[in-house]
Amino acid sequence: MNLLAAETEVLAPLASGWFLENAWLIPVIPAIAFALIILIGKRLPMKGSELGVASMLASLVLSAGAAYQWIQRVNSATEEQFVEPVIKSWSWWRSGGFDFGIGQHIDGLSVVVLFVVAFISTLVQIYSLEYLRGDRRYTHFFAALTLFSGGMLAMVLADNMILFLLGWEIMGLCSFMLIGHWWEEDANSRAALKAFFTVRTGDVGLLVGISMLYFAANDWTQENLGLSGFSIRGISAWALSGEPDSTVIMVAAIALFIASIGKSGQFPLHTWLPDAMAGPTPVSSLLHSSTMVVAGVFLVARLYPVFFVGLDILGSGGNLIMFIGAITIVISAALAFVQNDIKRVLAYSTVSQLGYMMLGLGAGAWLPAVFHIFTHAFFKACLFLGAGSISHSASHHSFDMKRDMGGLRKVMPITFTTWIISTLALCGVFPFSGFFSKDEIIDNVGNNGYNTFMIVGLVGAFMTAAYMTRATYLTFFGEPRGASAGHSSHEPHDAHDTHDRHGDHDAHASHDAHASHGPHESGLLITAPLMILSVLALGSGLLNATPFGESWERMKLWVEPRAVEVVDSTYPGGPGESLFINVPSAEEGSSKSVCGTATPEKGVCYAPKLEHAKFKWSKAMLSMVIVFLGMAVSWILSMLLFTKRDARLVGLTQRVKILGVGHRFLVNKYYLDDLYEKVIVRSVAYPISNAAYWFNQNILDGILHSISNLTRKLSGWVYKNIDQRVVDGTVNNSATFTKSVGTAAQPTQSGKVSQYGALLFSAAAVAALVLVIINT
Amino acid sequence: MFVNQFLFLAAVLFCIGVYGVIARKNAVLMLMSIELILNSVNINLLTFAMRNGSTDGHTFALYIIAVAAAEVGVGLGLVLLVYRNKKTISVDELSEMRG
Repeated sequence: MNLLAAETEVLAPLASGWFLENAWLIPVIPAIAFALIILIGKRLPMKGSELGVASMLASLVLSAGAAYQWIQRVNSATEEQFVEPVIKSWSWWRSGGFDFGIGQHIDGLSVVVLFVVAFISTLVQIYSLEYLRGDRRYTHFFAALTLFSGGMLAMVLADNMILFLLGWEIMGLCSFMLIGHWWEEDANSRAALKAFFTVRTGDVGLLVGISMLYFAANDWTQENLGLSGFSIRGISAWALSGEPDSTVIMVAAIALFIASIGKSGQFPLHTWLPDAMAGPTPVSSLLHSSTMVVAGVFLVARLYPVFFVGLDILGSGGNLIMFIGAITIVISAALAFVQNDIKRVLAYSTVSQLGYMMLGLGAGAWLPAVFHIFTHAFFKACLFLGAGSISHSASHHSFDMKRDMGGLRKVMPITFTTWIISTLALCGVFPFSGFFSKDEIIDNVGNNGYNTFMIVGLVGAFMTAAYMTRATYLTFFGEPRGASAGHSSHEPHDAHDTHDRHGDHDAHASHDAHASHGPHESGLLITAPLMILSVLALGSGLLNATPFGESWERMKLWVEPRAVEVVDSTYPGGPGESLFINVPSAEEGSSKSVCGTATPEKGVCYAPKLEHAKFKWSKAMLSMVIVFLGMAVSWILSMLLFTKRDARLVGLTQRVKILGVGHRFLVNKYYLDDLYEKVIVRSVAYPISNAAYWFNQNILDGILHSISNLTRKLSGWVYKNIDQRVVDGTVNNSATFTKSVGTAAQPTQSGKVSQYGALLFSAAAVAALVLVIINT
Repeated sequence: MFVNQFLFLAAVLFCIGVYGVIARKNAVLMLMSIELILNSVNINLLTFAMRNGSTDGHTFALYIIAVAAAEVGVGLGLVLLVYRNKKTISVDELSEMRG
């Protein structure tokens, strides 16, 4: 295949700019800030937090600049032109013929996620200034938080899978540190370990997937694009080239998807996410909105061609990604109904929303899924920070909705308003951002012919509306209970409860002091991020408002890679090489794009051709009705159950057996934790240790005993014959010899330095003479 | 390029150095003689580096200068300690090493 085909026309080079060329600085700044916080943070006036906030602000400015220039770049391209990503790569290290690169790959997807991550991280850091004030590991918290964001940013703009893996693992490590921030409590450190190991289980898949792709793709990418087999650009083109063996690419896609399951908390590895609530609330917020859990979805979106071809997306009957996504939506939404802990409700809601993203990606709704990452980040961060605000100022560090909350709408008006906006966005009510992304996913799933999955999505929307209404009712309506009612009783909590109890006793005492005033609104450092986020939760959907017509679909224009066949006249080279000239083949139009369906003949494809559903108000009205139905049903039931204590409902699970079984099943999280810890771990660990013990006692010991007997006999003979006669004889003789030599040489040891020097130099002179003689 | 002059200079310096090390009783003068020896080697290195048109010799010479500086530092420290203990820096007085 000759990519240097005759050029028919030369298009004007795409616009670029400083922010795009230097986007690699975005993760570098937090990384440097992390080192500085660790080294000198404790000596700074604000204990290092100012470095964290400043670095995130700098990253935010750079990301915003990059986003702006990317938009200009897209606008400078013609409609049918593939907008080349701004790629720069350097050689990181070389080993045994492998060239491991480091660099940036800036396209619409990475620009969106970079901006979201930097934005949310900045707000979360500002929020943490107040939320963690007086914490005993304040400096380390900010260091880990900064590195965490840095890891995500590095992963997002990685140009190759090795750098991607690096960012991915940095996030895994930092999530461990942050979830176990208050490790003195056993439950917290167990949650941190659980998160780490569950994600690691999936990470094996990432390693396998990356290596498989490398060995399968390297030859092709080197020959046709001059890129390494780790390069994301190269892998994408290879996957769509019609070259890959279908089995190889399927296994690689499945391996990569296993990593996504672990990271994004998809069924059946979702169990770590709710436990991750053990960390401080800002961490939950960051972890669950824009970083970490989004990484798995991002992996699928980033290497979409691999999944597209490997798992036969858009094929008939659905695929692995869709099944996992659909299962996750429903089972986690069901779990959210039985939680008393407000953060756990939000955690299961995150899992469920990630299920939507996966479902969208699996069904070929790439753009709606990416857009859902965008909108979800804002409203979910807002909800988590709102929950933190409640626990900080009203419910005395408790997250128990049934025991310590209720009736808070009057005392916390700002938190309440932002919460309601975000809840409506999460449920997908019309003008709020969630509507535009979630409905798009559901709509496109149906449009691509997966009606069953569309129904699952609608059921999920119903459940989302219902459990969020339940949580809102318990938190903000009804009568105040427990800590919110002003009881500062310090009853010991259940060990599995998550609650942000600050380690420092002084800080705790001061909180006690102002907690005695009863619940109140949080300070500006906490409410300002809430307000900013709620504005975005309300408005960010307008960036891709399909109902208002084509001109509103800006996200589609800016972010979605165009599925056109590209004939490159230059390869992406070293630093500074960023102007490519695209020449779309003359007869090729995007409407007839072969990308994703057939083998491209002249050039390469970087993205498969996807269809977009036409927006219809009738479909939107249907999902609206479902959402409102969910809200109404849940509201009525909550009111009857929690406020009126209706006799027909209270204790229903005790009276009706089948409901009781279902409830217990949900409370125990489908017994998945038991399955993992008691069944899988035991069945693997116990037989192995038993077998090892038996092997040790019977076989190894037997061998050892016979060996030792043999050795004893042998050594007796050796002692008599070899040691006494040969060795000792030699030693004695050599000692006698040495002694006589020493006596002879004694006079030379005069102790006079100059004499030694003379000897040294004369020896050297003799040696030099010998050398000269030998060489001539 | 005539290298003979340079090599001759180096040889002369080397011999002066060797003579100094062997004949002088004063420890400081011995250290200075050692410096002479090292620098004669530097001259040799630079000479051949010039002749072969490579910079390897320069690199080595720089290393030797650095090592020589360290060596003088240690040597002078030793001399100072010896002087404190013995009130002399004549090397003939230091014959504890006699076998």
